[in-house]
Amino acid sequence: MIAVSVTSEPLATDAIVASLGADGDTGAVASFVGLCRGEGGRLKGLELEHYPGMAEAEIERIAAIAKDRWPVDGIVAVHRHGLVLAGEPIVVVAARSRHRDAAFDAVRFVMDFLKTNAPFWKREHLLDGTFGGWIEAKSRDDEATARWVSG
Amino acid sequence: MKLKYFAWVRERIGVEEEERDLPAHVNTAGDLIHWLKGEGENYAYALEKADFIRVAADQKHVRHDASIREADVVALFPPMTGG
Repeated sequence: MIAVSVTSEPLATDAIVASLGADGDTGAVASFVGLCRGEGGRLKGLELEHYPGMAEAEIERIAAIAKDRWPVDGIVAVHRHGLVLAGEPIVVVAARSRHRDAAFDAVRFVMDFLKTNAPFWKREHLLDGTFGGWIEAKSRDDEATARWVSG
Repeated sequence: MKLKYFAWVRERIGVEEEERDLPAHVNTAGDLIHWLKGEGENYAYALEKADFIRVAADQKHVRHDASIREADVVALFPPMTGG
C-alpha cells in the first residue's frame, strides 16, 4: 500500500502513522517528521509553494521505487503546502515492514528523494507578516540523494 | 504550448503561466530556456543562471537536452526545497 497526499491542513502525525495499519507479520514501523524551524524566533513560519498534481505524482513515484527496492508492506507520505507555522510538521513519511532495516531505509530514501525531486519551494514568512527570502537548495541534499544511486 | 513558472522564476517573470507558440528552432528544454531569455528583461533575469533552472514536461522532470516539442505543458522552476 502506498498512500500520498498534499494538503494545506495541519498534519495529524499520529493518525498518519497509524494509517499504515499492521498485520500479524508486521514487525517494524519507521517514521520521519520534518518540522518547520523558527530560526531563533525570526520566522512566523514557511510558505510552501507547490506544483499541484506533479507534487503528488512525484512523491508517489519515489515511494513506488522504495517499495520495489525494499521489502516494505506500506508507505505513507503526507506533505503540507501553504503557510506552515514554526513548530508544525511540514512532512510525515512512514513505512512498515517485517524487519526494521527495510522500514528505516525506505523512509530515508523517500525523504532524500522528496527533498530534491518533489516540486515544493519554501519561502520565509517573517514575524511581521511580510515575506523573507526563498530558501536555497542545499548541495548536501543532492549528495544525500546521489548516495542512493551510487550505492 | 502552456508554460508554467514557480517560486522565484514565477516572481521574476511576473506571470504564473502563459500560452506561447515556440519558434521552429526550439526543440529541447535548454533551447526553450535560451529562447525565453531573449524575450525580455524579466525573462533574462529569471533565467540568467540557465544551468540552475529545472524543467518539467507534462509534470515529469526532464534534462535540458530532452525534447519538449511534444509536451502540452512545460514548467520552469528553481531547485526544489520541500521536505
